[in-house]
Amino acid sequence: MYAQMIQSTGKGVKSLDEMDPTERAFQERIDAGGKIEPKDWMPAGYRKNLIRQIGQHAHSEIIGQLPEGNWITRAPTLERKAILLAKVQDEAGHGLYLYCAAETLGITRDEMFEALNEGRMKYSSIFNYPTLTWADMGAVGWLVDGAAIMNQVPLQRTSYGPYARAMVRICKEESFHQRQGFDIMMKMCAGSEAQKRMAQDALNRFWYPSLMMFGPSDAESVHSAQSMAWKIKMNTNDELRQKFVDQTVPQAEYLGLTVPDETIKWNDEKGGYDFAEPDWTEFYDVLAGNGPCNHDRLETRKQAWDDGAWVREGMLAHAAKKRTAKVAAE
Amino acid sequence: MDNASLFQCLLRFGDNTLVLGHRISEWCGKAPALEEDIALANTALDLIGQTQMWLGYAAEVEGADRSADDLAMLRDVWDFRNILMVERPNIDFGHTIMRQFLFDAYHHAQLTALSRSSDPRIAEIAAKSVKEATYHLDRSAETVIALGDGTDVSHAKMQNALDLLWPYAGEMFESDDVDAQMAASGIAPDPATLRDAWDLRVRDTLSLATLNIPEDNFAHKGGRTGARHTEHLGHMLTQMQWLQRAYPGAVW
Repeated sequence: MYAQMIQSTGKGVKSLDEMDPTERAFQERIDAGGKIEPKDWMPAGYRKNLIRQIGQHAHSEIIGQLPEGNWITRAPTLERKAILLAKVQDEAGHGLYLYCAAETLGITRDEMFEALNEGRMKYSSIFNYPTLTWADMGAVGWLVDGAAIMNQVPLQRTSYGPYARAMVRICKEESFHQRQGFDIMMKMCAGSEAQKRMAQDALNRFWYPSLMMFGPSDAESVHSAQSMAWKIKMNTNDELRQKFVDQTVPQAEYLGLTVPDETIKWNDEKGGYDFAEPDWTEFYDVLAGNGPCNHDRLETRKQAWDDGAWVREGMLAHAAKKRTAKVAAE
Repeated sequence: MDNASLFQCLLRFGDNTLVLGHRISEWCGKAPALEEDIALANTALDLIGQTQMWLGYAAEVEGADRSADDLAMLRDVWDFRNILMVERPNIDFGHTIMRQFLFDAYHHAQLTALSRSSDPRIAEIAAKSVKEATYHLDRSAETVIALGDGTDVSHAKMQNALDLLWPYAGEMFESDDVDAQMAASGIAPDPATLRDAWDLRVRDTLSLATLNIPEDNFAHKGGRTGARHTEHLGHMLTQMQWLQRAYPGAVW
């Protein structure tokens, strides 16, 4: 899941008695586990909230190609190059399903691209961190895809039909990616001293940014409460972060790596690990555009979009000529 | 037919797919539209998969205890046997797709012939690869037509790409002693025999794309013999081979 700090109506959740009959019927359908489809009535806030969330997720898939693309041309073996290419191709495909899901809500893909390029729509903070060694390809698969899956699996049950269906396809591929990332880490950790050092360094740099992917605690957030009532969000950020830590710490131990948090300790009472919060100041800095790669990531996308304008225009012009010729022939 | 010639022949197949696959993979995340990103990654993936098969077989034939990865990652420029066209830089989407089309039309004809090779291993690899090449050719031809015919700007860019790349097309049909041996034993077609099928397809597509084929048929050569590559290949190898060179013997 690559959505963070998604704003909802900000007004708090209405009770069923406060709703008019149409809205009440809508909410009751969600409460009963029903799906909302594109042509169904929906509150304007639900639509807006979903566009923000699905759009941010789609943008994250697209921007997410860049830190991995950074290593495709330097992959150490033909097989690793092929696996990474397949993964990046999957991510572009995820972007495509998600843009399609968002388009059913009345926004076009081009409008979303423009909003991304102009900074009006966001993507996950995690992709503003650099990938510096080959071990980062392992860490990104293991930690970043691992964190993404935590949120995406429950979202297969989200209330909006097209989003839930996109998520089903995405989840299958994401768990495959996570296994591939872990496999890279296993090879590195069983390798030379330099490889082990790379692996530890990758964990050191990606641990806290991965914890930030879930967003700050939202137990008290009115936005989250509304999203959860609409089943656009299925769990709180803290629940998912805890689940991620509980899953990941034993994996790090298995690899022989040290999680860069001296306070980490198993807590029998809660049945999970106690761990340190990431530096939320850094998180807000990254969101404000001051992460290590914000500028470069966005510039790369803008450049690609601008450089590709003549191609898109050429394709459209050709398609229009073909349509005209077809009409003339009929 | 000796093993050294068969080895050279297999390197020519595998180095073409390796070098072109690498070039296309440089587009990752930067294509003009999401569909093109997916298609380019898909093409690169197919070509790298074919490389694994060609260079894997080459390594066996050589019998010098080298793997496909050793061949890809540990040879220097003069030992590469790809045609010059595939090592040309991407420049822009127009050049990338024109290079792809000129190569795909050749690759398709070549793999079709190779699927009837007297060497069963080559026939098998070619039969698998030709399905992918058919799709690549359909797609690159369609895109060349759309952009050649599209706007004035896209037309000019595609004509420019064709003019620049045309002198690199002739090398695909060059023959030497290795080719003569392969043709004599029915292992691989003499490249010159692929020219008619290629010409037909290329002329047809470029005409639909409203592009003019350059009149000068001068051909740069030296890639498939290794005699003289372009300056671009060395830079590609510094990236592609960096990890294997920096950490010799490491398992990834």
